[in-house]
Amino acid sequence: MNRQELQAIISAEKEKDHNNQHKNKVCVCCGAGCISSGSEEVMKKLQEEIKTRGLEADVEVIPTGCMGPCNQGPLVKCLPGYTIYQKVDNTNIATIVQHQLIDKKPVEDLLLFSDFHAQPFINAQEDPFFKKQMKIALKNCGDINPEKIEDYLIQDGYKALDKVLFQMSSEDVIAEIKHSRMRGRGGAGYPTGLKWETVYKYVNDQKYVICNGDEGDPGAFMDRSVLEGNPHRVLEGMAIAAYAVGANKGYAYIRGEYPLAIKRFELAIKQAKKLGVLGSNILGTTFSFDIDVRIGAGAFVCGEETALIASIEGKRGTPKPRPPFPAESGLWGKPTLINNVETFAGIAPIINNGGEWYSEIGTPKSAGTKVFALAGKINYSGLIEVPMGTTLREIIFEIGGGIQGGRQFKAAQTGGPSGGCIPAEHLDVKMDYESLISLGSIMGSGGLIIMDESSDMVDVARYFMEFCMDESCGKCVPCRVGTKMMHDLLQKICDNKGTTIDVQRLEELAGYVKETSLCGLGASAPNPLLSTLRHFRHEYDSKIDQ
Amino acid sequence: MLTPQLSKTDPRIKLIGAKIKKQNYKPDALIEILHTAQNAYGYLPMNVLTYITKELHLPPSRVFSTVTFYHFFSLKSRGEHTCLVCTGTACYVKGAQLILNEIEKRFALKPGQVTADNQLGVQVARCIGACGLAPAVVLDDEVQAKVIAEDIVNKINAKIVIK
Repeated sequence: MNRQELQAIISAEKEKDHNNQHKNKVCVCCGAGCISSGSEEVMKKLQEEIKTRGLEADVEVIPTGCMGPCNQGPLVKCLPGYTIYQKVDNTNIATIVQHQLIDKKPVEDLLLFSDFHAQPFINAQEDPFFKKQMKIALKNCGDINPEKIEDYLIQDGYKALDKVLFQMSSEDVIAEIKHSRMRGRGGAGYPTGLKWETVYKYVNDQKYVICNGDEGDPGAFMDRSVLEGNPHRVLEGMAIAAYAVGANKGYAYIRGEYPLAIKRFELAIKQAKKLGVLGSNILGTTFSFDIDVRIGAGAFVCGEETALIASIEGKRGTPKPRPPFPAESGLWGKPTLINNVETFAGIAPIINNGGEWYSEIGTPKSAGTKVFALAGKINYSGLIEVPMGTTLREIIFEIGGGIQGGRQFKAAQTGGPSGGCIPAEHLDVKMDYESLISLGSIMGSGGLIIMDESSDMVDVARYFMEFCMDESCGKCVPCRVGTKMMHDLLQKICDNKGTTIDVQRLEELAGYVKETSLCGLGASAPNPLLSTLRHFRHEYDSKIDQ
Repeated sequence: MLTPQLSKTDPRIKLIGAKIKKQNYKPDALIEILHTAQNAYGYLPMNVLTYITKELHLPPSRVFSTVTFYHFFSLKSRGEHTCLVCTGTACYVKGAQLILNEIEKRFALKPGQVTADNQLGVQVARCIGACGLAPAVVLDDEVQAKVIAEDIVNKINAKIVIK
């Protein structure tokens, strides 16, 4: 399909959408979270109810991706008006249809967060949970049907790819991304534009683009939600990246634990090929790009780029020493660009709105927005996206609705097993790459686990060390032996058998493992230990025999 | 060549054979093929691995080392019904261990073990990404949200009794 044909389809779809403007839209969240709370059943019942009441001509039911407050699911959103109902089930569907769609009077008792506020918001966008957010990577997620490419096209989908192919050179695209000051959302925060430029500069007839969807951090589900809620956005980002660096083949490496994300991304690939925005001679140009999905098989270390490449090659996922970096010698020895799902999801808006627009969001050193997965002892757990530099206090107490059961906040764990714990005295820390590092934690991929006074911080350190010990690939000695030694010492302290010397040994070992491990897994494995030692030393002291 | 126990007409072997063919007998598709095999059998029987090894012209050590590296692949049966308890951070904070303790108490099963009659197997996952609904358990491919230990034991009992 060429450009004109696609544009004809888009205009037709937009007109169809315009003609449907008078219709009420009822969106049912069909992200993995709400599905496990029973949203597919809700969707079926809702359709039946609408049919029996003869509302089919005026109401459209749309299955969408994640809407955010996963804890309150299954969620149903009514448009226009942005009225969200929570915990919808067989017992209240009829009431919602009658009052919301026929009498046009919202059912107050069933509104989102009605179990927390005496007066919940009829327009959910006025609730602090949504009001404080800014959605770029998650834009359209929760509003459109992720299994229909037409829905994405109406929302200016593939417009950025069109712009890139017909108005920009590779250098222009890279300059725009560099100008946006976007940094990799996988955790390390390497400038995206610089990475693209490096791959672009290596001359080779074969280059690859890889999307890292091996979201292994326990407590993180941002990539899953983006892939489930708006797979075409990621696909478009990958195609733009491929055009910029000169690649014609891409791989999306998605965790095996995310069957729905895999299914929707594979469907997106199929649809995109049919419309000619993926495959050979995209939109009638000389640019060709194809994507294959590779399914992860449950190895945390495969999130490390060289290990991920080994896994795509069908081998054990063990990392390699860098340099050479994948940009020079990656998949099958060819120059390879690896970016995270969320990074790719942010590309199309930058192309559409300009790098300048993106660079003005966030803080001077960390531009743009970040998606966080809120979980643990927090009232509204779920998925949020905020500008960089939003404080932890705002995230927990304004967006997240505070701590469950009115208990005391103790710590927030960021960055999973590679990160650390932020104590209450640093609640006003700005969430950006540098501030978190200065507190001994990291941004990581965006998992944010909230702990209350009942959490034992030494046990938290032990839990993460056990994780790293199990997930160590065993290739290098410091990580293989070091994580085991540290775990055993932590276990000893948890069993109240530790001594002061054990704590000293832990600190010593942590230093060695950090400095000498081959890859990021080992180098960051001591972080949870070191950060709990730094902020919660008294808990260690109370457990040891002085 | 096939090992004696393996029948070429077994639909599962045909499925794996078709996948190998679709991947052009490329060794780098090993993990994809192992996924197919495990989906078909529920685990990876040794003779199936031998078959894959021969079809892809790979040394057995390479296939075996790959299989044992990844958590997803199992060399022994995981039981007719599987109960996968998520032990990701959010579930851990919200008491995944209590669920495991209760299961151990009722069924005398530790993670990774299967009952003698092969009816039930218990496993742990590092994180299934349902953190907003912690603690989560996957019972026969169905995600159970905000699990209470007692309830999951009853659900498991219901499954075993029906059998």
